[in-house]
Amino acid sequence: MHKSRTLNLGTGTFVLLGFAALFFLTTQTTSRGLPFMSPPHYDLMAKFDNVGDLKVGSPVSMSGVEIGRVTKIDFDEKDFKAVVVLRINARYSQIPTDSDASIYTQGLLGGKFIGLTAGGADTYLKDKDQIDFTQSAFVLENLIGQVLANFTKSKADAQAPDTAPSSAPADSKTAGKPKAAEKAK
Amino acid sequence: MLRELWESLTDALEALGSVFQFLLRLIVNSPRALLRFDLISQQIFNSGALSLVIIMLSGLFVGMVLGLQGYDLLQRFGSEEALGEAAAIGLVKELGPVVTALLFAGRAGTALASELGLMRATDQISAMEMMAVDPIQRVVVPRFLGGVIAMPLLAAIFSVIGIYGAQLVGVQIMGVDGGSFWSQMRAAVHLKDVNEGIVKSMVFGVACSLIAVYQGYYATPTAEGVGRATTYTVVTSAVVILFLDYLITAAFL
Amino acid sequence: MNQSSAIVEIQNLDYTVNSRPVFVGLDIKIQRGLITAVMGPSGTGKTTLLRLITGQVIADRGSIEVAGENLRALSRANLYVLRRRMGMLFQNGALLTDLSVFENVAFPLREHTDLPERLIRQLVLTKLQAVGLRGAAELMPAELSGGMSRRVALARAIVMDPELLIYDEPFVGLDPISLGVILRLIRRLNDTLGITSIVVSHDVKEIATVADQVFLLSGGKVVASGTPQELKSYPSETVKQFIGGLADGPVPFHFPAPDYFGELLSRSGDL
Repeated sequence: MHKSRTLNLGTGTFVLLGFAALFFLTTQTTSRGLPFMSPPHYDLMAKFDNVGDLKVGSPVSMSGVEIGRVTKIDFDEKDFKAVVVLRINARYSQIPTDSDASIYTQGLLGGKFIGLTAGGADTYLKDKDQIDFTQSAFVLENLIGQVLANFTKSKADAQAPDTAPSSAPADSKTAGKPKAAEKAK
Repeated sequence: MLRELWESLTDALEALGSVFQFLLRLIVNSPRALLRFDLISQQIFNSGALSLVIIMLSGLFVGMVLGLQGYDLLQRFGSEEALGEAAAIGLVKELGPVVTALLFAGRAGTALASELGLMRATDQISAMEMMAVDPIQRVVVPRFLGGVIAMPLLAAIFSVIGIYGAQLVGVQIMGVDGGSFWSQMRAAVHLKDVNEGIVKSMVFGVACSLIAVYQGYYATPTAEGVGRATTYTVVTSAVVILFLDYLITAAFL
Repeated sequence: MNQSSAIVEIQNLDYTVNSRPVFVGLDIKIQRGLITAVMGPSGTGKTTLLRLITGQVIADRGSIEVAGENLRALSRANLYVLRRRMGMLFQNGALLTDLSVFENVAFPLREHTDLPERLIRQLVLTKLQAVGLRGAAELMPAELSGGMSRRVALARAIVMDPELLIYDEPFVGLDPISLGVILRLIRRLNDTLGITSIVVSHDVKEIATVADQVFLLSGGKVVASGTPQELKSYPSETVKQFIGGLADGPVPFHFPAPDYFGELLSRSGDL
């Protein structure tokens, strides 16, 4: 009856492979790894005005190296800010308390991630600490709005050349230059 | 002409009803058939293990093409790093379940249909009835369950090999950063996506196995009858798979 | 259970397939312990009769009683119980192609009984010995000749010691030797096992050598019955044509067609 032995072996192998594949798909391709599989970590909090499309599971990196992940994104109704929980790998335990967290974009259309830039303090962030210095996500629509606003403004300036540059309101870049040039003389 | 149209419509409805009645009969007989697990195990081997080669090869090639096309498209936006997530989502949600189901219908579905059709044509089914053995329990349900169990596993294997195929092309050949390949994938692929893929492959498994055993069991007991049964299995399975794919995708959205 | 001398009693049976009447008012009584032959020209529904007797199809009108049980009144489960008392030999053997000869014969035992492996082995080998194929126990059906697979099917049909054995066209396509073997087996099994045999066939010469009773069917009715001797001298054109193997008679040689010369001489399509 050795025919049924090879048969059972074959079936068993197949079923094992299948379940291994399912396991792989559910744990290795998604951001939800198994709880007992994640390494030791500690959590930091950061508040942002705008998180853009930052997602739970987005990476947290420092100097370009991934040191953790975003595990929660909440909304604080009292000060209308987004509260983001960063889960940092316990290996990286020397992040200065005055470091700042900014939301960057990967590539041009890539996902968002959080980049931490080290400060100069001697004390380090611990579990449940908050990062005080944050910079919100770059939102394309706002930039376009800004560019358009600047553009229409400079056009308006160009069409009214008799208006004294020094009395012109804080369109700093173009107004500053002639002033500095005069001073240099 | 209108009369013919009406007749084909009523024929189709009749067939649909017949198929669902058959499905009900299979479900009712399943618990008892599960007691003979050796029969089911044999059928899982026939439908699953024997399909491994074609599934793995196809998965590899589909994944590699996905890697190539995906890279070509994404690098126009400077977003090559998103290749991992593009490949994973494409495979897990769509290509894995659908292509596997189509291949399954072609390889395992035709085997099931022709086996049962041949048993019908050579009186083996009648002989079993005469020996007071219910052929549905002994022969049909194990084949049905074997297919239902094998399909999701095959689809998962297809997707996994596909992802590695995309990685092979994207990372090893085209130079996408390996780390971003996986990390962006992990960030973008949710359990919900994987679930959608699993649900699809399970539904496809039921549909394909049902169609195959139905066609075989009710085949006309002649040579052409068996041939027709196998052809109809593939054609009907393909259309049903693609239709169900739309339904499930919409349901998950 | 009444022990009448008829194991199968068919009364006033009507059966129609696709609005074509196959049997009309059929009456047949099959006696216990005898070999009964059911004969008739092709298409008279001999195989259909077997399917009616075994409960695979239900008659429109009339009654069939097998071993005292009215088939119409039986539930599916009870029909299965009744079938265990019958054995059927199909025209092409109908062995399960993925099982060996041994496993094929053992199949009913494994499915219906809890007998230990040792006992099953003994039973199977005994039955195979009875049909002369004990040495072929490990072969697969694909490796058997037509005659051999039919003998294996016969062994399988008797493995549960049935009361009734039904043979559906057992002589079709056999060489003279295999034919003789099957004939001898039919007679021997019937006598040694004390069972009843029904043989459906149209091989007049062959079946006449072993049958005790013969029913000749034609046009959905019994046109003659009796011993083979009686049938040879039966005063009926239909019977004479069948028994004598005459090409023309009540069953015409020519399929209905328009006038011969008319069709030859006319231009095609021009009629």
